[in-house]
Amino acid sequence: MSRARPPAAGVEDLLRTLAPQVLGALVRRHGQFGLCEDATQEALLAAARRWPAEGVPERPRGWLVTVAERRLIDRYRAEAAGRRREEALAARAPSGDGVAPAADEVAPAQDDTLTLLFLCCHPSLTPASQVALTLRAVGGLTTAEIARAFLVPEATMAQRISRAKQRIRDAGAAFDLPPAAERSERLAVVLHVLYLVFNEGYTSSSGPDVARTDLTAEALRLARAVHRLLPDDGEVAGLVALMLLTDARRPARTRADGSLVPLEEQDRGLWDRAMIAEGVELISATLARSTLGPYQLQAAIAALHDEAPRAEDTDWRQILALYVLLEGAADNPMVTLNHAVALAMVRGPEAGLDLLAGLDDDPRVAGHHRLAAVRAHLREMAGDREGARADYRTAARRTTSLREQRYLEGRAARLGGP
Amino acid sequence: MKYLLMIVMNPTVFGELSEEEQQAVVSAHDDFQKLLTESGELVGFAALADPSASRTVRVRDGVPAVTDGPYVEAKEHLAGYYVVDCETPARAEELAAMIPDARLTGIEVRAVMGSGGLEM
Repeated sequence: MSRARPPAAGVEDLLRTLAPQVLGALVRRHGQFGLCEDATQEALLAAARRWPAEGVPERPRGWLVTVAERRLIDRYRAEAAGRRREEALAARAPSGDGVAPAADEVAPAQDDTLTLLFLCCHPSLTPASQVALTLRAVGGLTTAEIARAFLVPEATMAQRISRAKQRIRDAGAAFDLPPAAERSERLAVVLHVLYLVFNEGYTSSSGPDVARTDLTAEALRLARAVHRLLPDDGEVAGLVALMLLTDARRPARTRADGSLVPLEEQDRGLWDRAMIAEGVELISATLARSTLGPYQLQAAIAALHDEAPRAEDTDWRQILALYVLLEGAADNPMVTLNHAVALAMVRGPEAGLDLLAGLDDDPRVAGHHRLAAVRAHLREMAGDREGARADYRTAARRTTSLREQRYLEGRAARLGGP
Repeated sequence: MKYLLMIVMNPTVFGELSEEEQQAVVSAHDDFQKLLTESGELVGFAALADPSASRTVRVRDGVPAVTDGPYVEAKEHLAGYYVVDCETPARAEELAAMIPDARLTGIEVRAVMGSGGLEM
């Protein structure tokens, strides 16, 4: 039996890919999503410990399924009440030395990634729980890694995940794709969860946070997996493109000291050309044949920014047109903020400021730092230095991001005065 | 979002409670910690010692000077805190209302700054 000895990173990638397959196989065979998920996690941890030193077994998926099933039996055994089920389980579980192939080795009969995503993003869960459970059950991350990514104690994250599983059980959710009538609504939740994961990773990226789990890459990996399974869904493709086109700018979005660089001041030479090319190609192909949706529109806007060789080459007219469409597709005041910026770039700052005035009565955004920040920016464009300074300061007081606060204070200071 | 729930304590108010009432406050804290642990929202907490034993450290011209007590004799002081990680500001307020001291003095709810940020 030949065993390649791969670098630890290679093992990690392999385990992440196998995680949903192993969990899917287990749930198919034994039901009990919650227990199977714990058992899968334990098998992944065992593999992460052993494979880098001992080499990857010939049939890694079978190894994991076998180990996970043993853990499952251990758990049943630990629960006296589960004695009868244990016997039934032991009869079905393969015996062997831990590297014996499971019955359905080689290629999984079907890819359970999508079914698992629907389950982890069940509407009975809060977004934070959906995110945590998705990262563990589908992404194959450990509780410790997820806890580190969200800067909470591991015990807290463990409890959140265990509650989420409990809630799914209470909701009577089945391990099945949702009925066709609910499919698109449920898929929207899945995409939103992946978007949240991406955003968490993207906004926290740079300097002092390098130790945090790379959520951006994880979100992109999962979105790609969904795209492979649903290649004709325009919004899935749109989300993948949006992630690529946004992440491509990551090397330029912060300075070495961690401070934020606004889009128009970024060194475009640092942008990842390969990611941009892939994103542009994907969104262009998708727009040509799909029903428009918010992720596609946002990706198209990101593509226009990414394709401009210099900030002043940006095609703001087309961006404006896309924001008008996006506002029609999603009732979201944050979109209006960006729309106002595009409008200002095309028709002048006053037009943008007029559009912002309508948001003062919208409770979703009225006290938000971003409204004050955009208003400050447009006032600065209009030459209203005093007004801009006051708005930058307001925005700096309202944000809960240290980096944004530093940026906004800097803009205010740049305008001089008290 | 993470929030700091600050327990502002007034020793006079607390001192006027009967022993039973004081004990009830303590056990209500135990209940609250259990609730936060089970809900997966607890980041951390601490009860602080009486401020009469506080020291204030000041560095002037590179020289540290340590004095007894805080700046001024305040009527109220920070007696402890919880750090919670919850979904909404409304939930943070809801949690603050469950802290027994909320019925005696008040709980200050402050958002904790994060290191993430979006370029504009």
